[in-house]
Amino acid sequence: MISMEQCDLLVVGAGPAGMAAATVAATLGVDTVLLDEQPGPGGQIYRSVTTTPVTNKRILGEDYWHGATLVEPLRQSGARYEPGATVWAVSQKTAADPSGFEVAYSVGGEARILQARQLLLATGAQERPVPVPGWTLPGVITAGAGQILLKSSGLVPSGRMVLAGCGPLLYLVAWQYLNAGARIDALLETTPSGRLAQAMPHAWGFLRSPYLAKGLRLMRAVKAGVRIARGVTALEARGDGQLDSVRYEAGGASHTLAADLLMLHQGVVPNVNLSRAMGMEHVWNERLDCWEPAVDAWGASSVPGAGIAGDGAGIAGALAAEHRGRLAALQVAHSLGRIDTARRDRGAAGPRQALARAVRGREFFDILYRAPKEFLRPAGDTIVCRCEEVTAGQVRETVKLGCTGPNQMKSFLRCGMGPCQGRFCGLTVSEIIADELGKHPREVGYYRLRFPTKPLTLGELASLPQTDESIGAVVRLKK
Amino acid sequence: MAGSVHSAEAIIIGGGLHGSSAALHLARAGISALVLEKNYVGRHASGVNAGGVRTLARHLAEIPLALASRDLWLRIGELVDDDCGFEQHGQVLVAENDADASNLRERLDLLASHGYVHEQWIGRDDLLALVPAFSPAVRGGVIAREDGAADPYRTTLAFRRKAASLGARFREGVRVGAIRREPGQWRLDTSAGVFNAPVIINCAGAWADRVAAQLGEPVPLQAIGPMMLVTLNMDHFLDPVVIGSGRPLSFKQRANGTVLIGGGRRAWVDRDAEWTELDFRALAEGARVACDLFPHMRGAIVNRGWAGIEARMPDDIPVVGPSVRHEGAFHAFGFSAHGFELGPIVGKIIADLVATGRSDMPVDAFRIDRFAGAPDSPDR
Repeated sequence: MISMEQCDLLVVGAGPAGMAAATVAATLGVDTVLLDEQPGPGGQIYRSVTTTPVTNKRILGEDYWHGATLVEPLRQSGARYEPGATVWAVSQKTAADPSGFEVAYSVGGEARILQARQLLLATGAQERPVPVPGWTLPGVITAGAGQILLKSSGLVPSGRMVLAGCGPLLYLVAWQYLNAGARIDALLETTPSGRLAQAMPHAWGFLRSPYLAKGLRLMRAVKAGVRIARGVTALEARGDGQLDSVRYEAGGASHTLAADLLMLHQGVVPNVNLSRAMGMEHVWNERLDCWEPAVDAWGASSVPGAGIAGDGAGIAGALAAEHRGRLAALQVAHSLGRIDTARRDRGAAGPRQALARAVRGREFFDILYRAPKEFLRPAGDTIVCRCEEVTAGQVRETVKLGCTGPNQMKSFLRCGMGPCQGRFCGLTVSEIIADELGKHPREVGYYRLRFPTKPLTLGELASLPQTDESIGAVVRLKK
Repeated sequence: MAGSVHSAEAIIIGGGLHGSSAALHLARAGISALVLEKNYVGRHASGVNAGGVRTLARHLAEIPLALASRDLWLRIGELVDDDCGFEQHGQVLVAENDADASNLRERLDLLASHGYVHEQWIGRDDLLALVPAFSPAVRGGVIAREDGAADPYRTTLAFRRKAASLGARFREGVRVGAIRREPGQWRLDTSAGVFNAPVIINCAGAWADRVAAQLGEPVPLQAIGPMMLVTLNMDHFLDPVVIGSGRPLSFKQRANGTVLIGGGRRAWVDRDAEWTELDFRALAEGARVACDLFPHMRGAIVNRGWAGIEARMPDDIPVVGPSVRHEGAFHAFGFSAHGFELGPIVGKIIADLVATGRSDMPVDAFRIDRFAGAPDSPDR
């Protein structure tokens, strides 16, 4: 029999939620392992916070550097942190001990299995795909990808740069690039004109938001340094094999801007590939037009023993993620018998208060920056599935042929079957099917996702430890 | 009394390949058929199996059906107006060592004694010439040159579409509950109301034992989920389908360059929740076999994995034929992870049985009462 590494709690993802959760759990005596894909802690929001070459703190801003304050307590906590570890499967029913989880992951091309009594996913958010004509051209990236370049390597692109879309991250990235000395030719704001009026009833929360003062300062700085076009529609990246211009409509006229780099953004959505592959229940978030796992106030999911903290459980931002991580860890420590109910609840009081403060004003943001329908439900030749190059028009045609769901669509068109495993097309395909059928995306559903949630080599898989059961679990061919 | 939309001459329970094929052949015989499918057509094993059109390595009792079905596959376009992605590159049962080779030789002798010549020995050098990517350690194998592979979901849909074009009806999202015998007909209580027909056909796959039990014909059926992996596309290196003999493996490269790796290793299955959990340690065994036979596969990128839920019988051959207790009831289920190739012929057998009371294919080995007195399956 093989010996397997074991732990009480496995946390997946070392962003704010994962770092805070691992810290709290380990401090309370829970034997905790924290696995993370990146070479260093921080997740996407605090990416490279321990290693970034951008040492001038003014450039990335104080909110970014707050991430550094989570790292030292993690190191002190006794949690076992393993960077460069990609989780690709979780099993429970086929685990040696089905009361817990077996998590398969790879480090440096070698596969390992870890046994965990409890599991906490802190896998965060991903950017919503922005399927506009030309978005697959070289030279078109997401604002988040642009931010990664800046944080991890300090790269500031030369050439003509355009940002387009909506959402707080778009302005943040613009601000950070300006701080780093970049020139931004234009920011194309796609927020429809009536949105502010719709969001106003929620302004009271926003006015008390911790983000307000900073946000206003940041937007003022961006407005001072960048030409901003408002009410942008019909956004299009153009070029022959490489981006050379951006076309859009605004103020009743069509405009074309020369561009070498276009950064797109339409907000972020929970990264649901792991939670779906585990069979967790998901609910549709009406305000944010996305799925999120159903969780209780402690982050517990519908799968017993498995929780989710941070943006992976519903978008609420980095500060909220940190507090949700702490709450989830308290609950884990409680359910493992390390602390009693009273101590859990006492410990939770602070994070709950801080969480309430952190999410104040979210409604205002969410309504103001809700992605316009034209980005959710594209048409015509716009590519929807980048991996298999399936267009919106093909998806619409296939619905007319009688295809009624995203899983049948996979079989018809292969959309969602490439290496991104639906991350770039899942929401769009469901929205388009819903559009064609006159149904709600909730009724249409989402891709069935299965492990491996991240591609791995067959050699890596073959390197998994061998057991008698694994050898025996077969249907024999007849002689 | 239910109206005509809720009745037909024959109601088929289950819209997989076999249900769709039965509908097609019934429609061709002028019998009105209605398929009731609880999810959507091709949802489980029919849509996601390995797509092997294989006469190779079959149980003796299945060989006549498999050969007759392959004749239908060779002109599948005439049957369903679609080529179903069928490609005829042969299938190879490979010997990894001397023990495998001697087992395969024994099998060939047995087949010869029954007069079957569709499987032939292929020596090591010829095998390496046919598939240069093989590890030089292989010892030869058995080849069925006329075998091939097709696209399972496309095939199932093609049968459905052709059947529908001939008048068969398909109702998806309709779950069959209680089945009762009434004078001259069956009454089916479903999630979409009551349906009636003088004939019912049980093509309910992994759930077929529940139908059979209601007819007083309990069977020891086990719901299984054979696991599959697929890689990202690779440069072309393989034409025939390769299957393992000593160690299980099913291995093929599709026209788009992706490589499909299966072989019967099973997922954990909850057939009520219609959920499977892949067993990665068992898949690792398959990965080891694939890497041993094809050393260059170590670097292949595994992109997705899945398992389709289907029925397995204790003797690994299906139940095909009439109910032994009731007039107007027929079964076609329990294909035990190798039913895809049989789809075209089994639908015809069932249609013949319904229309004429007999089939010219030997189906006695597949009688439903062969399990009478057998202990209950672990899955009940």
